[in-house]
Amino acid sequence: MTGRNDSVHGPKTGTEVERASERELILRRTFRARPRTVFDAMTKPELLKRWWAPRSLGVVLISCEADVRVGGSYRWVFGRPGETPMAFSGVYKEVVPGARLVYTQIFEPMPATGEGLITAVFEEVEGGTRLTQSELYPSKEVLDGAIASGMERGMRETLEQLEALLPDLEKAA
Amino acid sequence: MVETFAALAEPNRFRIVELLLRSGARSVNEIGERLELNQPQVSKHLRVLKEAGLVDVEARARQRVYELRGKQLRQLHDWLERYRKVWDARFDALDELLEELEHGERKRDKLTHGKLTHDQKEKSHDRKK
Repeated sequence: MTGRNDSVHGPKTGTEVERASERELILRRTFRARPRTVFDAMTKPELLKRWWAPRSLGVVLISCEADVRVGGSYRWVFGRPGETPMAFSGVYKEVVPGARLVYTQIFEPMPATGEGLITAVFEEVEGGTRLTQSELYPSKEVLDGAIASGMERGMRETLEQLEALLPDLEKAA
Repeated sequence: MVETFAALAEPNRFRIVELLLRSGARSVNEIGERLELNQPQVSKHLRVLKEAGLVDVEARARQRVYELRGKQLRQLHDWLERYRKVWDARFDALDELLEELEHGERKRDKLTHGKLTHDQKEKSHDRKK
């Protein structure tokens, strides 16, 4: 049932996310650049540092190492200023510059959740590159867990916002 | 939450959810007719959807009608939307970088092909700074 699951589309820039199966998420986006340029930006550490942690996300990429060849490993360390840094790491499984990149991924703070597999396909289209990035989670439970913890975080944020509002509400009452 | 996706992973169950989403509450017979499934099949799928918290059942007149329970679907949708926003922010930053990379490369191509005059070279050099 590919393509029929719940998916969301951005109105402006068109990043699409789809839960393609019980353990797979697919991201799609078109860029106005050649496949080789997009591939480079997603593999070269000095370029990755410039986009992977944009300011609006509130995290910074502290260090970024990548040995981009089959069997080579990578490690990206990131975090919020003043908090303990976290890292993603893994090994490159397929490296076809400008066309295809496959690598494993472990979220180091949660090793028990196991290893995910990311497959990025770069397709030349008119005026640019279509990127299709699949994130295959180790199991359905891990992806469900990620969603559930995200829910909890979202709920907490909502409660905090509500808490901040309460004094005003009290005053108005 | 854990059961939601298993429940939706079966194509006919997904079609039932889509139908309820589009047309509101429906009885087993109506669902069967619309999707060309027999009644035992529909009942079986509805049982799974109900256990996963995706549908509610209600007795209406002499029949039972099934209706979507919005909460779980909304949670999934909300999470995907947050996830999408994270990547959208990243890809927006990537867009800017790509433009700079492509732009810079074209300039270098022109320079190596000797198509720019000395003055233009100076200007393009200034712009880079």
